[in-house]
Amino acid sequence: MNSDQAKPAYIFTAESLRKKFRFSEFFAEKLITSVAFLSIAVIILIFFFVFRESLPAFKHRLKATTEESRASAGNKPENYGSSEPATSEKKPETYKGEEKGTTEKKPETYTGAEPTAAKKPETYTGAEPTAANKPETYGAVKDTSVSADEVNPDESLRPSEKAENQGSLISLFGIEWFPVSENPRYGLIPLFIGTFKVTMIAILFAAPISILAALFSSSFAPPWLREWIKPAIELLAGFPSVVIGFFALMVMATFLQNMFGYVTRLNSFVGGIAMALASIPVIFTITEDALTAIPATYKEASLALGASKWQTAVFVTLPAATPGIFAAVLLGVGRVFGETMIALMATGNAALSGLNPFESVRTLAATIGAEMAEVVFGDMHYGILFLIGSLLFIFNFSINAIAEFYIKGKLVRKIQGR
Amino acid sequence: MRLKNKIIGGAITVSSALSVILIIAVIVIILVVTIIGGKDKLSWEFLTSFPREGMMEGGIFPAIYGTALLVIIMSIAAVPFGAITAIYLSEYAHEKSWLAQTIRFAVRTLATVPSIIFGLFGLGFFIQFVGAGMDNWFLGGQLKWAQPNILWASLTMALLTLPVVIVSVEEAIRTVPRELREASLALGATKWQTIWKVVIPGSISGIMTGTILAVSRGAGEVAPILFTGAAYSLATLPTSLSDQFMNLGYHIYVMSTQSSNVDQTLPIQFATTLVLLMLTFTLNLTAVLIRSRLRRRVK
Repeated sequence: MNSDQAKPAYIFTAESLRKKFRFSEFFAEKLITSVAFLSIAVIILIFFFVFRESLPAFKHRLKATTEESRASAGNKPENYGSSEPATSEKKPETYKGEEKGTTEKKPETYTGAEPTAAKKPETYTGAEPTAANKPETYGAVKDTSVSADEVNPDESLRPSEKAENQGSLISLFGIEWFPVSENPRYGLIPLFIGTFKVTMIAILFAAPISILAALFSSSFAPPWLREWIKPAIELLAGFPSVVIGFFALMVMATFLQNMFGYVTRLNSFVGGIAMALASIPVIFTITEDALTAIPATYKEASLALGASKWQTAVFVTLPAATPGIFAAVLLGVGRVFGETMIALMATGNAALSGLNPFESVRTLAATIGAEMAEVVFGDMHYGILFLIGSLLFIFNFSINAIAEFYIKGKLVRKIQGR
Repeated sequence: MRLKNKIIGGAITVSSALSVILIIAVIVIILVVTIIGGKDKLSWEFLTSFPREGMMEGGIFPAIYGTALLVIIMSIAAVPFGAITAIYLSEYAHEKSWLAQTIRFAVRTLATVPSIIFGLFGLGFFIQFVGAGMDNWFLGGQLKWAQPNILWASLTMALLTLPVVIVSVEEAIRTVPRELREASLALGATKWQTIWKVVIPGSISGIMTGTILAVSRGAGEVAPILFTGAAYSLATLPTSLSDQFMNLGYHIYVMSTQSSNVDQTLPIQFATTLVLLMLTFTLNLTAVLIRSRLRRRVK
């Protein structure tokens, strides 16, 4: 420290070499560490909250069954109050400002209905929870009240039928998806079939094309061309899905209809091809990475044995990269499975359960996108849409986990020869 | 035998080359069709005026404004968090530690979660949980935050684009030569000083790429904002964080599927698509160029 003296300018001692404690740096480092946990936290939160919001689906079913068995109207207010404190609090206000001819009667019937319900439980009680819930939650739908208006009066007209359907969990496996009718049915089977059909068509188109393209880029193309191909195809990944959906809706649908001459203009075939466009960059990029990750010694050994360029590519490089290619296709499936905008715009959105590829379909993701805006908060329909969301999330999470752990590990082992 | 080999070889080479050409042709076709369909309608007036006569006439200024606002708020939220996570992953965490592995896995999972799930999450978490909580605690139950608005939409979008930022920034940090870091440490700088004075300035281009890519992604995605804040038609521009907003992608979606007269508004739809496509395309191209320069630096 005192450099003007005759001593050496700086004496290193154990004391001076010890790391000084600096509070600001300590604080910054701790902050960095905690921020890094954010992505883990987000995954957990997504799972928790999407699943939490799907609880009304189970609650309504449960309530309907217990009401039927007990035939008592007394516990209804509690049920309704516990359903969601936040939403129930804001509801009365919006609902009052919204009152229309039909809704005006409902609050009265709600309070007035309880005694009547208590008197004749055999006919009415099963229906009571749904009828009672409707007016409360109804007000939350402000922006799209047109469709809700059409639906709501009908629903309260024939409540007994509705209750019958809600009573059993089996109806989830029904083949009819009619969420907004006087007798709503929430069968998920047509949605699953639709999603499956679109995914199959998309992958059948996307996988061969992108794997071949990746093979060309990694094995046949000269280096200068390769540096152009990869960024160019990655540009396709940058196309917003709504643009691809619009292109499919306006241009491709007409073109393909003229070409194949089928009846329905928007169907799973059009949607599948449009989604293939969305998944091609995903499959291509990962396959290309897997192919270039194969050690050069493999190729050199093959070439040294007299194999030609294409023989090396097809019989050596491609088999060695199989796990990576499989992972690429899996992630492509995940991309298609959860794609919303293209499905909304190009698949026709009719929940049919036939296997004909030229029929309109409705995918799981498109169902959420189309119906969530019109749904009543805390309603059973609302819960079921979130349930579909949970299913999508779980499916995607598993696909990613499989691709991550199983296949990548296998690829590494294969290359390292263990 | 040799002839057969040659034929198979030729077929494989040609078909794989054709696949590449097909993909690139599709990109070009989408671009060309959108340009042809939209170029007549596209004008300065179209970009700067409000929609008129029930969306049948007029421009798309509110949608452009809303999209810009969305990506700005989104970047403010996503870029710092993404950059910090990337710094942690590349500077602090050990490559093989389970914590780093878990974070990486979470980031990759986040990148593959369908965008509609983010929309559901935004609705369930931001609006129904955080928003409703804020209303209860600060406003005494008055409805202000527990409904779709631009803040929740931007934060939802920020979560969606977080992995994009993380991956780009991390890639850029890895291009900072180890010698620079070691020189800084050898001169007596602490680890934090090294990061602040050497690593971050060296990776500024990566942070920029990440931001550009995130903005391009955020501008194009529609599914997450379907029910967290986008509105079909608004008479005024959003002025506070609790307002709803119009959005280019959402505008295209609604105009092309739910409009009362799709054919009449077709030029507007094409022009809107052209604006959105040009926006994302330019941003992506910039990012790709910066990135390829960066990769060349590594080599």
